[in-house]
Amino acid sequence: MDYFQSIDWMIMLRCFIVGGIICVIGQILIDKTKLTSARILVLFVTVGAVLGGLGIYKYLIDFAGCGATVPLTGFGANLAKGAIEGVQEQGLLGAFIGGLKACSGGIAAAIFFGYIASLVAKPKIKKQ
Amino acid sequence: MNPTDSPKEYGEYVKKKAPNSPILKDCFNAFWVGGLVCCIGQLIFFFCKYKGLDETSCSTVVSISLIALAIFLSAINVFNRIGKFAGAGTIVPITGFANSIVSPAMEYKSEGYVMGVGAKMFTVAGPVLVYGISASVIVGLLACLFL
Repeated sequence: MDYFQSIDWMIMLRCFIVGGIICVIGQILIDKTKLTSARILVLFVTVGAVLGGLGIYKYLIDFAGCGATVPLTGFGANLAKGAIEGVQEQGLLGAFIGGLKACSGGIAAAIFFGYIASLVAKPKIKKQ
Repeated sequence: MNPTDSPKEYGEYVKKKAPNSPILKDCFNAFWVGGLVCCIGQLIFFFCKYKGLDETSCSTVVSISLIALAIFLSAINVFNRIGKFAGAGTIVPITGFANSIVSPAMEYKSEGYVMGVGAKMFTVAGPVLVYGISASVIVGLLACLFL
């Protein structure tokens, strides 16, 4: 299989380790502080956007691939990256367009599939 | 450390003393499940690249696939069970974002499709988007000034 030959196992390993470590940071925050998971998610996105804006996060993405992009910090970094690219292409307007543009696929998918799933699935809590 | 009988007692004991071992166990589970989720993403990424997509599109496909997977697992109530075991291992990856949209949407279905499903969907995702998008606009504005 050509596909399996195209897999870079070194990146796979680094992806596993970095992705795992980012999750462990979240776990420590959950266990050690009173932060709810909503606050953790907000924190991770904001930290990711800051690191992305400073241009630090892209080194982590080069190193670990999806280990850096799949955690929510990667979502934040992607927003920031999109905003910077938007500014480079369109100036001030790009600051408002770029971020969401870069993440539009994920957000639209989450809203669409989420809505469909809620229509189809039975709620786990009984009605009334 | 004396393990006590019920999980509740044990939890209280843990809160009182320095919680070393549960944190280690939680972290271990979060580590390997989180790492695994990222690796599934990486496999999808390599597959898209193998199919000839550019890197940006690959990342988008990875996000959409993992979101779809997480929402499917949430809809059949499997995600919550994995989440209980893995903690941050499923919350921190984009799967947690997807789950945070679908689980309140399912829960508040009885309150109607507009103010129930439509509004409650964003109980957790809303703040994430507010802070994420605001941060990105600030980054963009700073980039305007300094680049």
